[in-house]
Amino acid sequence: MLRPRIIPFLTISKGLLVKTTKFRHPKYIGDPLNVIRIFNEKQVDELIIADISATPNRLGPDYTLLSAIASECRMPLAYCGGITTPDEVEKVIQLGFEKIGISTALHSNPSLIEQSASRVGSQSIVSVIDVKKAALSGRHQVFTHSATKNTGLTPLQAASLAQECGAGEILLSSIDRDGTLAGYDHNLISSLADNLRLPLSVLGGCGSLQDIIDIFSRFGLIGCVASSLFIFKGKHKAVLPQYPAEDVKIKLLATYASRTIIV
Amino acid sequence: MISILDYGIGNCRAFAHIYHSLGIDYTLASLPEHLHPGQHIILPGVGAFDSALTRLKSSGMYSKLDSLVREKLVKVLGVCVGMQMMAEGSEEGQIEGLGWIPGFVRHFSSSSNSCERILPHMGWNDIQPATSTPLFSNISDPYFYFLHSYVFHPADPFHVLAHSCYPNPFAAAVSYNNVIGVQFHPEKSHHSGVQLLKNFSTF
Repeated sequence: MLRPRIIPFLTISKGLLVKTTKFRHPKYIGDPLNVIRIFNEKQVDELIIADISATPNRLGPDYTLLSAIASECRMPLAYCGGITTPDEVEKVIQLGFEKIGISTALHSNPSLIEQSASRVGSQSIVSVIDVKKAALSGRHQVFTHSATKNTGLTPLQAASLAQECGAGEILLSSIDRDGTLAGYDHNLISSLADNLRLPLSVLGGCGSLQDIIDIFSRFGLIGCVASSLFIFKGKHKAVLPQYPAEDVKIKLLATYASRTIIV
Repeated sequence: MISILDYGIGNCRAFAHIYHSLGIDYTLASLPEHLHPGQHIILPGVGAFDSALTRLKSSGMYSKLDSLVREKLVKVLGVCVGMQMMAEGSEEGQIEGLGWIPGFVRHFSSSSNSCERILPHMGWNDIQPATSTPLFSNISDPYFYFLHSYVFHPADPFHVLAHSCYPNPFAAAVSYNNVIGVQFHPEKSHHSGVQLLKNFSTF
């Protein structure tokens, strides 16, 4: 049986591991390679590395760092941040990453997804959809450039566009919930989950294993992505990389296996 | 000695890192003179069928590799697209495959009994070995990481080494004489994957 996935999400800025709140206020966490070694030991399902300093500073991927990360990792890896050309996509894949996330370019250059998919295969292209409630309308809108530019698209419009262009996965991220530990935004997720033929992963707000259970039992085969939960411990947010042990994970997955579909 | 084929595609360094930590001799082969009959060869692969094959065929190592596999019966393990390239061809591309294992690669949706499902097949899935092959020795709970939309269909079902289900059974591992292919990524599958790579080295 194919299992739903539990995925730590690591943000790096200028080579250092950081954690944001609502995509702002990056807090220094540590050295990315140390954390990756810990996640190796904990046998995580997948790992996503996002370079949040790339697009705002018009920088491409930091190949030296990514190469060091890839050779250290014994788990599947995805990278997002500052990708603008199919050559960059191909180069990061060749370093040993399985998947590349594309966010800003879906809107500025949709052909990038199509061209990249033809080189490295659709299965390796993830469309990252960052969503925030617009201040006036209160509706979910897709933002780019680290949450500073409103594209005017709804999440479903952006996901449909990505699917047409040949993306192999959607990573749906709630900007409003980032770093809040307030739980996933179920309304946002359900707006996509029922309308997609692609694997869906969700990010933003996960504060406990119960939040993951809630998503597995409601949405089934999905990727639960979380950052704070796997990096901080306790209310004072001490830095401590952690991940559910195999026996705990099996209990979490059992909620998926025995789920009833809630309409 | 393990020889990891470095033709510009895929996770050579992830394999190298694992063999290094196991204390097993390995080399990254990027020139024909790096390939020898005494080695076990790993053929990694990610990406699209045609682009991976084109790179392999233009790497300078193709004819040496092909003769080692066909004539010297050197043991070779193809991984993901590396496995798919071993077929005679694929629906994903136009280029002729390596033809080391009789069979063809088809899209998940074009296999018989296809039903509505989410593609690509992405994530951790368990496998059911069809025989008691040493490839899966000492792996108590074999589940591995998959990331693909195309599936190997061997001409002879006897050449399926292990199945997985999504939701119907498909070939997760195939073998034919000295040639083995796995659809999943052992280099990204933690302890099960490390053990499988160790098992291959002692074949």
